[in-house]
Amino acid sequence: MEPLLLPHIHNYHKIDVYESRGGYQMLRKALSMKPDEVTDEVKKSGLRGRGGACFPTGLKWSFMPKQTDKPKYLCVNGDESEPGTFKDRQIFEYNPHLLIEGILIASYAMGVHTAYLYVRGEYNHWIKLVQKAVDDAVAKGYLGQNILGSGFTLNLYLHRGAGAYICGEESSLMNSLEGERGYPRVKPPFPAQFGLWGCPTTINNVETIANVPIILQMGAEAYSKIGAPKHPGPILVGVSGHVNKPGVYEMPTGVPLTEIIEKYAGGVTGGKTIKAVIPGGSSTMVLRGEALAGVTMDFEGLKAAGSSVGTAGLIVMDDETDLIRVITRITAFYHHESCGQCTPCREGTGWMHKLLKRFETYEATAEDIDLLLDVANNIEGNTVCALGDAAAWPVQSFIRQFREEFEKRVAPRSAAREPETLSATA
Amino acid sequence: MFSEQQVKRIEELKAHYQHPKSVILEALWMWQDEHGWVSEEGMKAVAEVLGVPYHHVYGVVTFYTMYNRAPVGKHKIEVCTNISCMLRGSDRVLEHLQKRLHVKTGETTPDKKFTLVEAECLGSCGTAPMMQIGDAYHENLDEAKVDKILSELK
Repeated sequence: MEPLLLPHIHNYHKIDVYESRGGYQMLRKALSMKPDEVTDEVKKSGLRGRGGACFPTGLKWSFMPKQTDKPKYLCVNGDESEPGTFKDRQIFEYNPHLLIEGILIASYAMGVHTAYLYVRGEYNHWIKLVQKAVDDAVAKGYLGQNILGSGFTLNLYLHRGAGAYICGEESSLMNSLEGERGYPRVKPPFPAQFGLWGCPTTINNVETIANVPIILQMGAEAYSKIGAPKHPGPILVGVSGHVNKPGVYEMPTGVPLTEIIEKYAGGVTGGKTIKAVIPGGSSTMVLRGEALAGVTMDFEGLKAAGSSVGTAGLIVMDDETDLIRVITRITAFYHHESCGQCTPCREGTGWMHKLLKRFETYEATAEDIDLLLDVANNIEGNTVCALGDAAAWPVQSFIRQFREEFEKRVAPRSAAREPETLSATA
Repeated sequence: MFSEQQVKRIEELKAHYQHPKSVILEALWMWQDEHGWVSEEGMKAVAEVLGVPYHHVYGVVTFYTMYNRAPVGKHKIEVCTNISCMLRGSDRVLEHLQKRLHVKTGETTPDKKFTLVEAECLGSCGTAPMMQIGDAYHENLDEAKVDKILSELK
């Protein structure tokens, strides 16, 4: 497949080069259509969100009310903080105008006149690159008042975060944009009814929005035939860990994980065998290396394998990897990033980390395995946002898939301490 | 206090949002870029220029990790130790920096030139291990590369 999101064209990030290759023509096309026709085209394409939840994008857009006296907003989520994920940064650097064109088309379809691009604070270098692209688009009349003489107006503002994984959660992102602490909100009400400042709002991931001009270019019919039928389109897969050529690779959805590792990422370092793979960023469920045959990188393929696409951040671990150390580090991350609003997540992530440290140092008891699982099970589903689930799933799946690794770390009987209850002050 | 030029910029930014509170993060960035950290004076200045209560600004500052709540060295070195970097040797990078700078993680060198901290995933997993210094990402690190980067920092 020819790359569509990250085409190999020199200086494509420059507006002149982008225009010379047909850039901003899809904006013209969209402006000649009725807004609902644009949404229908995105619906027909089968595009699903690339930010982790795989929600159908056109359907999400259609939730925005048609008749309202309030302003409507689009928030584009470039918080990109899920460990193992580094794809949106490639779009910022190599194809910012595709993103801007996508934002324009999406805004036109939903009747939005103000859009925000929220980018994690650490990406300041890339914020400057995208701001330059936005300024160039304004200068050429693609953004601002009466765009291309159509009467349509869109202002696009970049908003820099300041270090908080949770702000990638859509309601937390809105609170952060409002200048609040980035606490997630209880849903319902959903953002399309009550979003930014209580107004109808849609939040889409950067890569999702970058797919929109491609859909108009190819037509929904042709787009829907790329890759996996129920989760079509090009997808940016980030491969990291023990591979020879880590990096972001564009491919159709539905490519087998083994092919991604062998063909795209050059195979496992040192020719070792694979012990474990996390397919879609650190919160997705881990898979055993020997169970990868036939598993494909798409919504259905990974669901059938007991995991999920997430952000398509594939982390490969070879047969010498200390998986207890890995899950302890992942859990430390979720403990650090828990916003503290919900008790099960605030306390539970710390308890899980404390328990895992026992396994790391060979001080655990046999009962600690089920205690750890019990804590994870009591976090899952009991929090305002999905961070609790994201913290529980890796722990649950590491125990389910690699219980023997935990058993190996139990202290010898004589050295084992008396069972104790967990203190809240980990 | 913010300069006249900074206040002008803040006024421009206020027009982008329904409420001036939305400019808190950016105003804090402006303060930190100039002073290196966000002091009580900084929070008060942000509260005043935006017309929001001081306690609200304090609440925001303490939620986010990137605002320095105390002075840091001229160069803040943030080493990612999350999973993808860990799998590719971030331990070695961190240990090497500790030895070279004679500091533990979280400490500043006596000459106030370097502060060494661990960071969560910085979105550079394909070029791991990595560290961030200021806005710059330094990727695919090994000991020799770290030495070279340190020697080039004034």
